[in-house]
Amino acid sequence: MRGKGLLGIEPLTAEEIQKILDRARFYQPLQARTGRKLDTLRGRTIIHLFYESSTRTRTSFEIAAKRLGADTVTLSAKGSSVDKGESLLDTLNTLAAMRPDAIVMRHSASGAPHFLARYLETPILNAGDGTHEHPTQALLDALTILDHKPSLAGLRVAIIGDIAHSRVARSNLHLLTKFGASVVFCGPPPLVPRELECFSPNVTRTFRMEEAITDADVIMMLRVQFERQNPHRVPSASEYFRFYGLRLEHLRAARPDAIVMHPGPINRGREISSEVADFPRSAILNQVENGIAVRMAVLDLLLAGESAKPPERPPAS
Amino acid sequence: MPDSSQDLLLQNGRVLDPSQGLDRQADVLIRSGRIAAIGPNLAAPEAARLDASGCVVAPGFIDLHAHLREPGREHAETIESGGRAAAAGGFTSVLAMPNTQPVNDSASVTHFIVQTAREQSPVNVFPVGAISEKSCGERLASIGAMREAGIVAISDDGRPVMNSDLMRHAMSYASGFGLTVIDHCEDLDLSAGGQMHEGFTAVRHGLGGISAASEEVMVSRDILLAAKTGARFHVAHLSTAGSLDMVRQAKRRGLPVTCEVTPHHFTLTDEDVKDYDANFKMKPPLRSREDRDAMLEGLADGTVDAIATDHAPHAGSEKMQEFDVAPFGIIGFETALGLALDRLVHTGRISLARLVELFSVNPARIVGLDRGTLKVGAVADITVFDPERRWTYDVNQSFSRSRNTPFHGLALRGGPVATIVTGKIVWQVGS
Repeated sequence: MRGKGLLGIEPLTAEEIQKILDRARFYQPLQARTGRKLDTLRGRTIIHLFYESSTRTRTSFEIAAKRLGADTVTLSAKGSSVDKGESLLDTLNTLAAMRPDAIVMRHSASGAPHFLARYLETPILNAGDGTHEHPTQALLDALTILDHKPSLAGLRVAIIGDIAHSRVARSNLHLLTKFGASVVFCGPPPLVPRELECFSPNVTRTFRMEEAITDADVIMMLRVQFERQNPHRVPSASEYFRFYGLRLEHLRAARPDAIVMHPGPINRGREISSEVADFPRSAILNQVENGIAVRMAVLDLLLAGESAKPPERPPAS
Repeated sequence: MPDSSQDLLLQNGRVLDPSQGLDRQADVLIRSGRIAAIGPNLAAPEAARLDASGCVVAPGFIDLHAHLREPGREHAETIESGGRAAAAGGFTSVLAMPNTQPVNDSASVTHFIVQTAREQSPVNVFPVGAISEKSCGERLASIGAMREAGIVAISDDGRPVMNSDLMRHAMSYASGFGLTVIDHCEDLDLSAGGQMHEGFTAVRHGLGGISAASEEVMVSRDILLAAKTGARFHVAHLSTAGSLDMVRQAKRRGLPVTCEVTPHHFTLTDEDVKDYDANFKMKPPLRSREDRDAMLEGLADGTVDAIATDHAPHAGSEKMQEFDVAPFGIIGFETALGLALDRLVHTGRISLARLVELFSVNPARIVGLDRGTLKVGAVADITVFDPERRWTYDVNQSFSRSRNTPFHGLALRGGPVATIVTGKIVWQVGS
């Protein structure tokens, strides 16, 4: 992975993903400790460039970089580059001329980091591009699932919500199917395009919650943003919750050890009931915690490289 | 612009003119800008000579669909630069779409285009007038006055008329002036937010889809309105199998409905959209493999009437952007004939005679131009091409001011050799 950046899950092999997850495992215990930070990336500079608002991903990337000892600069760009009169490529060329070691980037346009990667030497880490991919989210989701299940192979993962516009859904689809899990997508038909089934024979879709959840090992709820949604697709938030919101009674159909996940931010009462969000087998906060370990792993493998000596094992807390 | 003082003798070419069923080895003599004689071993001691042996000599190619960007966006193209690129593609005439700045919705803009072309363009430029004022889809433009000033068809290309009642009356009104109505068939509500063909690749890339239905509902509407009004209706850059079927049925019913297909729609598919490269972004978008195959079939079976480029220049910086932000469209003059020879003729799908129909004879008929023929007495607009010449497209050598093409570096078999407008050679290969 060194030097190439991280644009998406789709182009990665299972082995490459496994390597990231293994390294993330190594960083997991560090999160529970206080005090000392590592010096793995001491002297390295990472620019975080967020063209879309983000709380958790941006904070998580920043903390990950800082815990590895890197220097970070964070830029929030409101609106598109066009509004500022400078093209995205010019902006990135300007930043690249300052010689950062990596640029972590979120952008509302699908493929924006891929487009830039064709012109820039600086490695780009995709922190979410439009409705395309969000690779570190899928990695942290995989790590979270593996905290609860022995392996991804053979699992039934229900992903429920606005699949059409979800970069989380796409990255998870790629990662899970590469490891032999099956994915069932669920939501109202206008938000669950039939083309999804062309990705892999292990991908199916349904429009009924009960069917999606039956025998599921993992239930992954997605945020639904009615304010950014074409109003022709779904009647109302209340109707959405009635038919596609996750409530406690749904969980009876799932496997008894099923976990509930959500990439956040959650909308209680919109796609997930409060009871489920706070339910003991909800792994939502676990996901957030794993986000830092996964991003540390990605930054470490990308910038320190495989050949670098493995970081000193942090003492157990 | 071309003057036609000197006589010209095209020697020993394969003269191929489907308008008069002609296909034979012969010389063509041009005198005073018109075809004077066709026959073997013509004697014309005073005439300039062009050796056409090994080449096809065909009536001049007419591009029914081009954007020359002047007035208003001269950084991307001008009537002169676009005209030069067209000549280098073997075109002797181009129809200039009205979405300039200002829109060609009045006789004064039409006059400007006609006059500028006369002074600066090596090829004939026939303006297309807007259907509605400013192409806003609200009030009819001054179609009659534009007709007098030189438009040969009307279209709100790129900003299609959504109001069906306005379209109905536009067709009806245009028929009174003998003008063909060209529609860029796109339901703007259905295509809103779309960046590429709606299908698996769009879902995979996370790009908004432009459904086949967004084209087909408008093709269907316009055929119904054409049947009602009796207007001549021409589908611009038709791109889906469903649209083609509707045109096929309309023709069977004897309606005056015609259609064109672009080289990119018979060459590429949505699966070619890669790396978020905006040189693969156009409207209509590159469609599915099934749609592309249907275009090939329609070109072969006669349903498709013309090949048109939809030459749409955008300056480099405009395409060097996020896919969502980059404008739609690619340039196409210089690659059209090469792609048609390489992908249609050399694959055995169509004959050379059919190719000449698609590029010349039919386009002239569709908009009622007195061209597309080599009959004695006709204006000497001639395209000379070599079906075997192997060449590689280098967009950096293009005459266009823009470089937005997906075909840079493509090796092709067959291409233009000389372009003759009103008896004068305006472009020659290697020149």
